This record gives sequence, structure tokens and C-alpha cells, in this order.
Amino acid sequence: MRALPIAIRDVVKSYGASRVLDSLSLDISEGEFMTLLGPSGSGKTTLLMAIAGFVSPESGSIRFGDAEMIATSPDKRGLGMVFQSYALFPFMSVLDNVRYPLRIRGVPDGEQRRRAEAALETVQLAGYGDRRIHQLSGGQKQRVALARAIVFEPRIILMDEPLSALDKKLREHMQIELKALHRALGATIVYVTHDQREALTMSDRIAVIDRGRIAQVDRPEALYRRPASLFVADFIGESVLLPVERAGPGATLQGRPLKLAGAVPPGRDLRLVIRPELLRVAEAGADENGLGGEVRQAVYQGDSLLLIVDAGGGLELRVRLPAGRATQSGVAAIGARVELALHRDDTVVLAEDPA
Amino acid sequence: MTGAPLPANANVLARGRRAEQALFAGLTLPATLVLLVVVFLPIFWLSSLSFLDRAGDPSLENYRRLAGDIYVDAFLVTFQISATVTATCVALGYPLAYWLARQRPRVANLLLICVLLPFWTAVLVRTYAWLVLLQRRGLVNSTLQSLGIIDQPLQLAFNLQASIIGMVHVMLPFLVLPLYASMKAIDGDLVRAAIGLGSTPTGAFWRVFVPMSLPGLFAGVVLVFVLSLGFYVTPALLGGGRIQMIAQRIESTITIFSNWGAASALGVVLLAMALGLVALLHRAFGLDRLFVR
Repeated sequence: MRALPIAIRDVVKSYGASRVLDSLSLDISEGEFMTLLGPSGSGKTTLLMAIAGFVSPESGSIRFGDAEMIATSPDKRGLGMVFQSYALFPFMSVLDNVRYPLRIRGVPDGEQRRRAEAALETVQLAGYGDRRIHQLSGGQKQRVALARAIVFEPRIILMDEPLSALDKKLREHMQIELKALHRALGATIVYVTHDQREALTMSDRIAVIDRGRIAQVDRPEALYRRPASLFVADFIGESVLLPVERAGPGATLQGRPLKLAGAVPPGRDLRLVIRPELLRVAEAGADENGLGGEVRQAVYQGDSLLLIVDAGGGLELRVRLPAGRATQSGVAAIGARVELALHRDDTVVLAEDPA
Repeated sequence: MTGAPLPANANVLARGRRAEQALFAGLTLPATLVLLVVVFLPIFWLSSLSFLDRAGDPSLENYRRLAGDIYVDAFLVTFQISATVTATCVALGYPLAYWLARQRPRVANLLLICVLLPFWTAVLVRTYAWLVLLQRRGLVNSTLQSLGIIDQPLQLAFNLQASIIGMVHVMLPFLVLPLYASMKAIDGDLVRAAIGLGSTPTGAFWRVFVPMSLPGLFAGVVLVFVLSLGFYVTPALLGGGRIQMIAQRIESTITIFSNWGAASALGVVLLAMALGLVALLHRAFGLDRLFVR
């Protein structure tokens, strides 16, 4: 099975006065797992539905490989689709659901059965073909929907928040499984989610969408470590934004010069982005920035200990420490003074108001 | 830690449960009494009448008479008319319900009120309204004549067609309402999924939407058919005495022949047939199973 690349150019879609897709462009490589990530109302689902053909944009271009698809009806686009609600047909058995796309395509009956059973095996539901849909658990329904989407070996598979109805443990399990399935299938997958952790776990690349535009497209690690804007920094992962002042080519925090990884961007209202887990409780070394303050709150969260630190001058820091030793040592004592260190390579400075 | 059971608490809790049961029994009592007095007692009384002959002795005479041609014909006509009315209601009501279900909520509510409007008018009034339209010098005939389309007035009222038109008008909401409700409950993603997986929109409608709407359709069909079986006023007036459904037979058996036993037997058979039909449909289509998602 060959995968197809998707090229989206200047796609515009408005509902009334609001532009849901604001001249949006995005390239998805063949065989890539691309996640569309954004808050609700950002336009990520509208974009997915435009790729599927259920939403007709006012202008722009959507190409699968060399073929222009913008005016093609959804049934002619040959996509595998997984919906948030699973959208399984309740009056059909599991097997009939899975072979539905094959029946539509006029595949002979015996081959329908064989391929549907193979797809069920792929999603680890071998032997479930005769069950009724209402007899399945949420996770099993999800797998059936998946089997139905892959059974006709589509080159592109679209998924609209397929895991959001599952509980946390099952969701995390399915994330790993979907990623393995993607490797095995080799199809291009476009995946919509509002869960940044899910996006980081599964994707080859993530497109962060904000108010109908692409805020940033990057690999998960690059997106997390080098956010291009404060929106992305704030949306992806946990972060504390500290106001800093421009000083020549560098920047200062509370009057003290910062050791930074890169150049300070143009624009006004600069912020230093701090990931709470990147702060170390220690005196600052040669390549580190020293911060510090008084512990205001210590929140035990099982895997980690979250300290809320008053750094003076109205600044509040958040520090996430591995729970083991931190809870035993005196660090967590409320009112205690802590010294914190942030490595130069872990610093990101962004402008609230980019020039 | 194990301790002795606490009988005092058990008593209190048991008393609470009994009080709750008594409360619920009390709440349903009025409705139960009404049903008992106005439905079950008369049914019981009528069915016992049907097993007595004119002298008041136990006998199956009334049922033996039902095998006669007039009665068999009346049953056949009744079922035929009910089936025709039901089929016509489906043909008119399915597209209507589908169209309603696709409207925006505000528009749909307004249109639903239009569908319900006839519900709030007495059956008698609606039936006479059809007479005004369909009779020899009625609105339809006079319009067609003044337009020069026909010379002589058409026989529109007082026949089978008129009865069916009137009955369909009365029955349509009974079909549209459950059908509309079941169509509204269909997840739009299902049809979209079918199309996304390669069905044409028409294919998705027949393969997914129609099967999903069947529970509502069956509910409507059963309602319309069973209600039509016992229909009296509309076929009696619009049929002009030419159409003899069971209800009219029962009426004439009482008012003309004042034979309560024979009339009761007719009623009992009709009731048994209606119940049998519902049971049959339930068996065949598993009406309750269809509702399980």
C-alpha cells in the first residue's frame, strides 16, 4: 500500500462573519502521522472535515498526491475515517461493520469476510465478528471503528479525537497501539486532538492551530523545547511565563542578566518560558541561571512534587521535582528558602507582541 | 472487626422501605382505579356478555355467527382499509418526517406545530371539513367546474377513497411524531461515516439512515394500523354508509338489532386481533431490541 501526501493551500472557510479557516496552508508528507492540535474552536476539526470533504471551503486547494480534491465529494476521496463517536452501525454485527467499505466497493463476499477478519485481527479483536455493537466496551468499539477504517487499505486515514471517550489508562494504551499500527500500515494519518500530551506521544509532526491559522508545525520535541510563540509555549506542556527586559542583545530578569540559548526575538513584552520540570534545586553553575525564593505550597501528585515558589517582586515559579527523594528531603517545607537553577540550553525567550 | 448485627437499624430501614413502597402505591392508585373502572371492567363485562345468548344462557352462538359472510367481509374490509391508510401514511409521512428532521430546530418546531394542529381539532370537525371539500357541490368540484376541467361533478365523497383520505388526515401525526423522534436521534456521524467509507449519499441513506429509522417507523405503523382498525366516525360519515368497517357493524348491531352479545363478540375478536398483531410485529421485528444501541 502506497501512502499519499496531502498539500493544503490557502484554504478559507467562514461561518457567518467568523473565519474558521483563515487562508490556512499545510503540507503533510506521505506516510506521516500528522496531528492537528488546538483548543476547541481553533478550526482543527473543520480542517479535518475539509480534508474529508464534509466541509466545503470557499477557496483554496487540497491535493492528495497529484490529484486536486477540493471539489470531490467525500465518498470519492477514498479515505479511512474514525469518528469521535465511533459511528458504528448499531444494527449490524461487528463483522458487517468492518466489511461495510468492502461491500460498497463490490469486493466478492468471501474476500470481504477474509479481509474483515484480518482487520479485526490487526486490532486484536479476532473472533469478535458475530458480536453486536452494544455488547462491546468503549475500547472495543474504538478498535472496531479502527478496523473498519483500515480494512480497505486506504492511503490516507483521518481520525477525529478517536480516544477522547476512553478512560485515561486505556487511552494511553491505545496511543501506543495506534502508533505501532501506523508503522505497520504505512498510511498517512491525520489525527485531531485537543490533548497536547496525546499529540506529543503519537505524532511524527504536530500542527498547532490557533484561530484558523497554523501557529507552528514541528516534531514533538522541537515544538516542546523551541515553541515559536507564546501561544504554543502556553498550550503545549506546563509553563511559567516570567516578564523579562531587553538589554542590548540579551535580556535581564529582575535586573540580572540572563544566560540564554539563542538570540532575543524582536518585539515588545518579552517573556522567559520556564518548564517546571527543567528547574533544578541547586546553586546555579557556570552555564545556569540562578533563581530562588520561598516555598509557598508543596503539592504531592504521586509521580512528582509540585512546588509553588514566591520569587519576590510578584513573581511566582512552579517547580516540578521527581517525587522520590524530594518529598523526603527538607525541600518541600513550606516557608523554606530554595535555590533553583535553569540551564542556558533550556531557556526560551518570546515576545508577547512580536514585531 | 465483626460485631453483632444491629436489629434496631434493620427495623428502621425496613420501615423506611415499606413507607416508600406505600407512597408509590398511593401515587399510582388514582390512575389504577380509573383504568380499572373505565377500561378493564367494561372489557371484562363485554367479553362476558359475548358468551351469553339472548336468553342469558352461556353459549358460543355469538361467535358462531361471526363466521357468516357479512362479518367476515367486514373484517376483511377493515383490514384492507387499515392497511391502505397505513401505507398511504408511510408514503406521505416518511418524506415529511425526514424533511422535518433536517430543519433547523426553530423551523422544525414551527413545522411540527403545523403537523400537530389537526390533533387539536375534533375528529368530527375535521371529517365535516372534508365533506365540505369533497361533496357534490363542494369546493373541489365547484373549482374544477368553474375552471372548465369537468362538466359533471365527480363523486368524491361517500365512497372508499373519501374514507381513506379522511382517515389518513387524522392518522398522519401518529406516524410522523414517532418517526420524527427516531430520526432526530440518529447520530449524523453514522451517515457521514458511511459516506466517508465510500457510500454515495443515496446509498448511505438506504443502507444506514433508513435502517436506523425503522424503530420509529414500526412504532408509527403499529399505532396507525391498530387505531385504524377501530376507526368509526370518519369512515361512517365520509363512506356515506357504503363502507362497513367493524366499528360500524358493532354500532349497528347494538342500535338497530340491540344485540349486545353479538356486538361484544365482534369487539372481543377485534381486540384479540389488534393485540395479536402487535405481538406478531414485536416477534418479527423485535421492537424492543431495535431500540438498544
